[in-house]
Amino acid sequence: MSATLLSARELSFAFGPIPALRGVSVDLWPGEVLAVVGESGSGKTTLLNVLLGRLRPDAGAVWYRDEAGHLADVHAMAEPELRRLHRSDWGFVQQDAKASLRMAVSAGGNIGERLMAQGARHYGNIRAAAAEWLERVEIDPARIDDLPRTFSGGMLQRLQIARVLVTHPRLVFMDEPTGGLDVSVQARLLDLIRKLVSRLGIAVVLVTHDLGVARLLAERLIVMQGGRVVEHGLTDQVLDDPQHPYTQLLVSSVLQ
Amino acid sequence: MNGYNFAYLDEQTKRMIRRALLKAVAIPGHQVPFGSREMPMPYGWGTGGIQITASVLGPADVLKVIDQGADDTTNAVSIRRFFARTAGVRTTTRTAEATVIQTRHRIPETKLREDQILVYQVPQPEPLWRLVPSRAETRRMHALAEYGVMHVRLYEDIARLGQVAISYDYPVMVNGRYLMSPSPIPAFDNPKMHRMAALQLFGAGREKRIYAVPPYTEVRSLDFDDHPFRPARAPQACILCGATDSYLDEVVTDDRGGRMFVCSDTDYCAGRRAAA
Repeated sequence: MSATLLSARELSFAFGPIPALRGVSVDLWPGEVLAVVGESGSGKTTLLNVLLGRLRPDAGAVWYRDEAGHLADVHAMAEPELRRLHRSDWGFVQQDAKASLRMAVSAGGNIGERLMAQGARHYGNIRAAAAEWLERVEIDPARIDDLPRTFSGGMLQRLQIARVLVTHPRLVFMDEPTGGLDVSVQARLLDLIRKLVSRLGIAVVLVTHDLGVARLLAERLIVMQGGRVVEHGLTDQVLDDPQHPYTQLLVSSVLQ
Repeated sequence: MNGYNFAYLDEQTKRMIRRALLKAVAIPGHQVPFGSREMPMPYGWGTGGIQITASVLGPADVLKVIDQGADDTTNAVSIRRFFARTAGVRTTTRTAEATVIQTRHRIPETKLREDQILVYQVPQPEPLWRLVPSRAETRRMHALAEYGVMHVRLYEDIARLGQVAISYDYPVMVNGRYLMSPSPIPAFDNPKMHRMAALQLFGAGREKRIYAVPPYTEVRSLDFDDHPFRPARAPQACILCGATDSYLDEVVTDDRGGRMFVCSDTDYCAGRRAAA
């Protein structure tokens, strides 16, 4: 098997006396979608923040392999290096699109921001890339100069995805990307994410409490409970034949 | 001069400001905090510039003060008189005769020399302040030279209006490293900052920041490759001296749409008329 893109070893993290992660290890290979599922308070978001380098773990390390094949400890990186990673190689799609978008800046400006942060200085090229990405996320390119506040919830989420993917990241973290959207919009968004991710070969860490989302998008799955990984494996395998009692409970609680 | 130290400020304060100035000159475009003093004038009237002027002024200096290009408006007259009284230095309205020039919102049309110092009054030293609300964050952005968000602003202007619509306080990159507010000078004056022979000092009294551009430093206005920076100027000639290369003020002369354009730099205009 080829080299891992991201690998976390024995991560532990506690909020004061409350342990949020207890010896969590995760491996992610290039182009793979990994879902992290579990109930609220199971440590999913803490794991995401530790992987992103935002929280420093009490023990353990996160290793990232860059395009040149060099392995780097995410938490040993200097801040400029980590921030460069965040605006080029990595992307982060969060549940609340409004918190990540610039609401006073047009859709085109929002998509172009990461390009400009990387040093793009040709207006025509930036605009062309913005129009192309609007089309890819199924927003009418004629709306390129409209402000995000005129967009619907589903469109905002798609705009956020365009804004992140425009720099062709190798690894995207998604935190409940379909949360708070109604079911039909969710289905369309999932379809879009699946299409883009597979076409661009992006590796994704997807945090969700929705097993349906995990089954649709992810190839592999880890199940978390109380800060521990209680089960991991291929998505279909885990969901069709859950071994751990907690996973069995999760699967059986989904309405059929 | 009775009752005052030379140039109003006490020597300890001047020393503190000079230390900040040295640091500012060493790191062109970087904002250096300093302990701004209460001055006998309100914030917004040039308390930052006046403290720098007081710190660099010597008995042999000749001082000129500009307010929006003019030597004869309130701000210029009162600051000139302030230093004439507290320092007893010679003052002038002639750009070429001055060794220290304190300015509000203009750079003189006459080319400055190596033996001159230009002191700017700055209301808002942080170029990112309208875009990023947190000062902690803007400091981090300066430290890491992350200025993409400023280009987002330029992008928005071009997308909406077809051109960059910043007519004054147009952001510049100093020495290829720091993003800097040139103080509210017209964008027309920005090219004069580039590789200027004179030392340029910037003081923001209320915001307690000093920054500087040493002589012959690269100062570039931000732009896009396909939308290069273009300084704007009214397409008229000065009605008094006929200059077509100077920055013009539009003066409304009646309530029926009458208006005229005159040089904003009064010394430059007077000099041209005297020579003609």
